[in-house]
Amino acid sequence: MPKPNKNIFQNTDRTILWLYALLVIAGWFNIYAAVYDQNHSSIFDTDVNYGKQLIWIITSSILIFIILMLDAKFFQTFSYPIYALVLLSLVGVIFLGTEISGSKSWFQLGGFSLQPAEFAKMATALAVATYLGNIKRNFENLSTKIIVILLIFIPFVLILAQNETGSALVFGAFIFVLFREGLSGVFLLLGLAAAILFVLTLLFHKFIVIALIAAILLVFYYFARKKKPKIMLFIALFTVCSGFVYSVDYAFEEVLQPHQKTRINVLLGKETDLRGAGYNVHQSLIAIGSGGFWGKGYLNGTQTKFNYVPEQSTDFIFCTVGEEWGFIGSLFVIGAYIFLLIRIIQLAERQRSSFSRIYGYSVASILFVHFAINIGMTIGLMPVIGIPLPFFSYGGSSLWGFTILLFIFIKLDSHRLDLI
Amino acid sequence: MARKDHNAPKRYIIIAIFLVVASLFLIRLFYIQVISDKYSFLAESNVRRIITQYPPRGVIYDRDGRKMVSNEAAYDLMIIPRQIKDLDTNELCRLIDLDKHSFNIRLKKAKDFSQYKASIFLEQISQRSYGYLQEKLFRFPGFFVQPRTLRQYPYKAAAHLLGYVGEVNQTEIDKDTYYKSGDYIGKSGIEKFYEEYLRGVKGEKIVLVDVFNREKGSFENGRFDKPQVPGLDLVSTLNIDLQVYGEELMRNKRGSVVAIEPSTGEILAMISSPAYDPNLLIGRIRTKNFSLLAADPLKPLFNRATQATYPPGSTFKMINGLVGLEMGVITPQSRFGCSGKGSSPIACSHSHASPLDLVGAIEQSCNPYFWGTFRTTIERGGEGGTNANYTKWREHVMSFGFGGYFESDLPAHSRGNVPSEKYFSKIYGPKGWKAITIRSLSIGQGELLITPLQLANQAVIISNRGWYITPHIVKKVDDRVLEFPRKQTTIKPEYFEPIIVGMYDVFQGSHGTARWHQIEGITACGKTGTVENPHGKDHSLFIAFAPAENPKIAIAVVVENSGFGASWAVPIATLMMEKYLKGEVKRTELEERMKTANLL
Repeated sequence: MPKPNKNIFQNTDRTILWLYALLVIAGWFNIYAAVYDQNHSSIFDTDVNYGKQLIWIITSSILIFIILMLDAKFFQTFSYPIYALVLLSLVGVIFLGTEISGSKSWFQLGGFSLQPAEFAKMATALAVATYLGNIKRNFENLSTKIIVILLIFIPFVLILAQNETGSALVFGAFIFVLFREGLSGVFLLLGLAAAILFVLTLLFHKFIVIALIAAILLVFYYFARKKKPKIMLFIALFTVCSGFVYSVDYAFEEVLQPHQKTRINVLLGKETDLRGAGYNVHQSLIAIGSGGFWGKGYLNGTQTKFNYVPEQSTDFIFCTVGEEWGFIGSLFVIGAYIFLLIRIIQLAERQRSSFSRIYGYSVASILFVHFAINIGMTIGLMPVIGIPLPFFSYGGSSLWGFTILLFIFIKLDSHRLDLI
Repeated sequence: MARKDHNAPKRYIIIAIFLVVASLFLIRLFYIQVISDKYSFLAESNVRRIITQYPPRGVIYDRDGRKMVSNEAAYDLMIIPRQIKDLDTNELCRLIDLDKHSFNIRLKKAKDFSQYKASIFLEQISQRSYGYLQEKLFRFPGFFVQPRTLRQYPYKAAAHLLGYVGEVNQTEIDKDTYYKSGDYIGKSGIEKFYEEYLRGVKGEKIVLVDVFNREKGSFENGRFDKPQVPGLDLVSTLNIDLQVYGEELMRNKRGSVVAIEPSTGEILAMISSPAYDPNLLIGRIRTKNFSLLAADPLKPLFNRATQATYPPGSTFKMINGLVGLEMGVITPQSRFGCSGKGSSPIACSHSHASPLDLVGAIEQSCNPYFWGTFRTTIERGGEGGTNANYTKWREHVMSFGFGGYFESDLPAHSRGNVPSEKYFSKIYGPKGWKAITIRSLSIGQGELLITPLQLANQAVIISNRGWYITPHIVKKVDDRVLEFPRKQTTIKPEYFEPIIVGMYDVFQGSHGTARWHQIEGITACGKTGTVENPHGKDHSLFIAFAPAENPKIAIAVVVENSGFGASWAVPIATLMMEKYLKGEVKRTELEERMKTANLL
């Protein structure tokens, strides 16, 4: 038994700590710039977002201390109760929550509001890690697979029910975790193929896409002469693909809400609606694109300062980076995220306990999906899905949620040498 | 210890996915930030708004420094269609008091003009609407308010002279690149003639605006701003009191009054009746009122003082006398017999002693005398005969400014008509006419046509003994005194003496046609005229100047279809002179009778 830690930061990974601090502080400076108004420039004003964010940062530090002081075994031991508690709050918010801009996902307590969805990611990651990390489980078993999928699917559905499509989609991140833990790479490829078919179906008429699939399959069949695969396999593939194309077409026309359809059409360039759905992305592109190589300089971004970009301290915070810090600043921020993600993967791989490793992969995957969707959206590579940029965006629940998510892993990592 | 982990290498696939996504982002960012400059351009057009600053238009004062035309603040609601977002049409319609139909028409017009450039959505919103609107404007991105100035006429007089201001039309924009759609321009009168001085120079301010169109400060500390230059003030030659008084006297009559200061050519008053209130042609009400005025059968928009032409009648007798003297066919002592109503070929309107000399003939307005003079002028013989003599006569007549335009700042004016020798030769054949053929000219009838302004100028010339300064209505631009050409007639100054004595006797003589209308303490000279009018009652004409020894005012009055000259034109002219020279009118009974008379 190692002797009890005097210093709570003992054995914690300094690289991740520094990257966390860097992103949070850079985020805060950019929130300040986004909200900045010459007539109203006190840093500590808690009426405005940057003042509030300062409070969230300070309270996050308190959360960090609490997490680091807890026993490392706490998280594995209590993962199911935490998961259950979060599920309960996800259900509760549907009935007791306050509706804010169309989503019923907030608990309002005085001037203070919390979004349980931001904590559901952490709780699901804990539950999945605990379940899969159990030495008795074998991912090859169908029952194991079904239970894991259910653990992910339940919070996904509950969040979807709150009309928080963006947050729900983040649960797709677990595909990376499952892949690492034994899910066949075929599923990743299938996912990719499905995405390509999805986009093609929306861009072109369904018959054209089906014809294209048939053509590709025929070419494959023709060139694979040496070892002729079974023709039935090709027919099956063709049937599945065509069915998928049909269902995408149906879903797009019949299931999606008009605003979601427009967002996707705008992204695909089929609609140019600069007044409505395309407005956000258009303005976001203007802000980032006008930043140039070196940026306009801190607090000199006209597009963000004069509120041309909507939601600029939350979902569109990257606009401020792009406009005021230019390509250099964007490179720096993207570099910092990638560095952080790779570092988490590295740490996850050095864990002796499967629980810690799986949890680490969950953290990296969730952060990655947020990073990819959020920045992709601001530069017009993704549809407008309102989810925050981790550590950067304004918002108490999201900063708390990400901080807890990351620091549980830091805590687990600092105890990786403990006996299991 | 965990079981043998054959999945560990999958970490590289995951890391590769991270790197691929990050690289895609960086490529995209490099493209939009560094390679393409489209977004920088769009960013600029987002935040920069060029605000045109309209300078206040110059004020117009009367000759004594009283403000005749001043400015009043007004606000145009401007629109930039591209910037409209979440427009609450009903609310905006309510605020600016506009129905939805015309709202949509205006919106379409603005969009057709330009999506990106500002244009006027609603001109001159009232002060009250502006108050409401200002508070709520931030809720209507794409709309903003442009302060403007509107003209205001405290005296409600001199509408024809001052003219009016209106939005530029395409022709005006094509002619002068200074103007942009929505600008205002002087459309007539002084406002038009002195447009370049009055308008000043528009300024330009580049401001940064936020998404709600709120100004956020100047662009680069105003380095690229252009300051506005206020318009220059004008001092008119008019005496606004006299102008107002003249319009009152002429109310409910058709005709005009023109009063000029002989020594300077400055127009003291110029009345065309029926007149209209210049305040009717301001701002949004202009278009509606303009059509109403244009449709009025009394033609109030028509400036009779400069555009209407009349035969001068007996007032032309002095000109015939002067030309006769200059051409040496008569002397002041020459006499022509008159048999009153029985005279031939031109009868005299009344009986008087005969024969009269030049002075007496003017005093009593003897028709046969001037027929005699005219005949001897045209038929004096010499080279070229009748035709050459007529041409000579015509040259002398035209040196008085008849039959031509003045090089002046006056609103549109006619030149009248002094028929040419060719004109008669064409009608009667080159040798087919003699004095008797065109005898009407001897008493100012026939083809001869002059404007009231030319008539007043005739009084100026006689009082000056042969010269005039081109009549004009503005004397100073800012502090610079304007100069107008001085013109000399072809008549020697000494020939004017008997004419002036004759005109003196029109008031002072025992037989003078205006002897009932002497002004107490002022010796005036004048001449009546009654012009036959094929369309109705005779026109009543009168020209005069006073005081005789040192003329300060020369005047011409035309009252259409009012009968004998002495009954309307004379009293009005003398009242005007009394008002101008004395400051007040003692003959209040006469004044009242003139003001209240309705001859329409």
